[in-house]
Amino acid sequence: MATSTGLPNIQARKGKLATLLRDIIRDKWLYLMLLPGVIYFIIFKYVPMYGVTMAFMDYKPYTGFLGSPWVGFKHFERFFSEPQFGMLFRNTVILAVYNLAFFFPMPIILSLMMNEVRRSKFKNFVQTLIYIPHFVSWVVVVGIFYMLLTTENGILNELLYQITGKKIAFLLEAEWFRTMIISQSIWKEIGWGTVIFMAALAGVDLQQYEAARIDGASRWRQLWHITLPAIRSTIVILFILRLGNFLDSGFEHIFLMLTPTNREVGEVFDTYVYTKGMTQAQYSYSAAVGLFKSTIGLVLVLGSNWLAKRFGEEGIY
Amino acid sequence: MPQDKSTGNRIFDCINYTLLMLIALICVLPFVYVLAVSFTSPAEVAKGGLILWPKEWSLASYRYIFSTDTLFRSMLVSIYITVLGTFINLLFTSLMAYPLARTHLRGRQGILLAVLFTMLFGGGMIPTYFVVKAMHLTNSLWSLMIPNAISAFNLIVLKNFFQQIPDGLEDSARIDGCNDVGVLFRIVLPLSLPAMATFGLFYAVGHWNQFFNAILYINDSRLYPIQVLLRQIVILSQSSIGDTSIDNTEIQPLTIRMAVIVFATVPILLVYPFLQKHFAKGVMLGSVKG
Repeated sequence: MATSTGLPNIQARKGKLATLLRDIIRDKWLYLMLLPGVIYFIIFKYVPMYGVTMAFMDYKPYTGFLGSPWVGFKHFERFFSEPQFGMLFRNTVILAVYNLAFFFPMPIILSLMMNEVRRSKFKNFVQTLIYIPHFVSWVVVVGIFYMLLTTENGILNELLYQITGKKIAFLLEAEWFRTMIISQSIWKEIGWGTVIFMAALAGVDLQQYEAARIDGASRWRQLWHITLPAIRSTIVILFILRLGNFLDSGFEHIFLMLTPTNREVGEVFDTYVYTKGMTQAQYSYSAAVGLFKSTIGLVLVLGSNWLAKRFGEEGIY
Repeated sequence: MPQDKSTGNRIFDCINYTLLMLIALICVLPFVYVLAVSFTSPAEVAKGGLILWPKEWSLASYRYIFSTDTLFRSMLVSIYITVLGTFINLLFTSLMAYPLARTHLRGRQGILLAVLFTMLFGGGMIPTYFVVKAMHLTNSLWSLMIPNAISAFNLIVLKNFFQQIPDGLEDSARIDGCNDVGVLFRIVLPLSLPAMATFGLFYAVGHWNQFFNAILYINDSRLYPIQVLLRQIVILSQSSIGDTSIDNTEIQPLTIRMAVIVFATVPILLVYPFLQKHFAKGVMLGSVKG
């Protein structure tokens, strides 16, 4: 019995190995094409992932990775006991909440408004114009706001001066920082954000509206009972994605807007990593801060996806 | 869809159209203002007021910009990394996306998972910096192109796009003696022009707008792309075009700062209308299937 079952097993395994080899030889060109991409992902994505172990060392560039001593959780302990920690946490979370509350609904509202437009020429015209800000850099956006709002000859501040007799240093004062960040984000991305909702709206069956109108539904009722449910799952998915990136409040953008006067409300984890790591050369410490942030980010993505599935939506994975 | 012509509906439409027009204007008026000021004579600008059309045309600020080496060089740097960088992006992304689109390929699932994971977790700024440095890419323009050669998201979307192409077309090419590389370049890529145009535009916008990587990886000011220079001139208000050794505290006149913004913006906006038709299609494809 033992021999009669063992033999086919070995043969089967040999057969599998042979087909595997045959498949690999057949697809040699495909593997060759994969090679550059795979090497790219290993070097520039996976090696840095391994590199985060420097957060547990006292990394010195001249002694290198192997010559630096392990120090355990020293850098994390320092970070958590730092008075800055509370400030960074607060700033990051507040900006993220503002983003969800003020920025997130804007493209949805705009899409609903566009969906009520029946003249396709007007619709195309508006669409073309509102996409434009998405294509310019954060430097240009901040630069334009700067030009418009600066207290020396900024056109909007001049206007404000004519009306109220006062000027406001929007770009320097800490109390305006969050408002500035959110309004710049809205200005840049509101149009582009509609693309995905317009796609979802285009899929709604027009007969549903007709039926509703025959039943005497007003425009608001149609919006509430047909349009909104139709884009519900898109809203949920984008909300999850946003939640997953909760801590990424637009690093480049914030970096550009930071001044010594608004650092108290503007410094977030990402900018802190840059300041400590790149300008003060505290590599291991800032790598620890970065690792802390990405770990929380990972938990948030997986958590919000799990949550979406519990609520009966499709989720992302 | 026809709506009935009740007064309620008319008022609704009226308010809706007005608001949409207003939003569209808010999106473009700042650009018009910047453009107009850059073409206006400094004396006219000094009088103040909102300028949406230059009364006294002047090319003085543009003449000044082109008289300085710094700005011209940055423009060339930006054009160089945008063209070459986008080419590298498209080549690398499609080379990897095509094999991943062949469902019979062994090990395909594992590689896809590994790519997906990079979208969830990363090493972060500091470890990545050391990798780029160890590869001897810092202080060279390669550091702005190679470390971002493939976007994981674009790769997955392109893979899905390739999967939709009917197998029959590829099989016939194979019967005619094409290998997989030939199939990609002769059959699949020509069929994917809308997708390639879309991703090309996204990658190109990314390169043209690249600012932070340049700050991170490049010290040599002669290699600064236009966005870095723009920040120095407009946001930090340094007069760093022209001869930096003379006076660093003097603030550039408004018209010149505006002209620099125009230069950092116009090239990428010129590309946009040509590709708009394609990307509407491409984006939807990505958002629905991705």
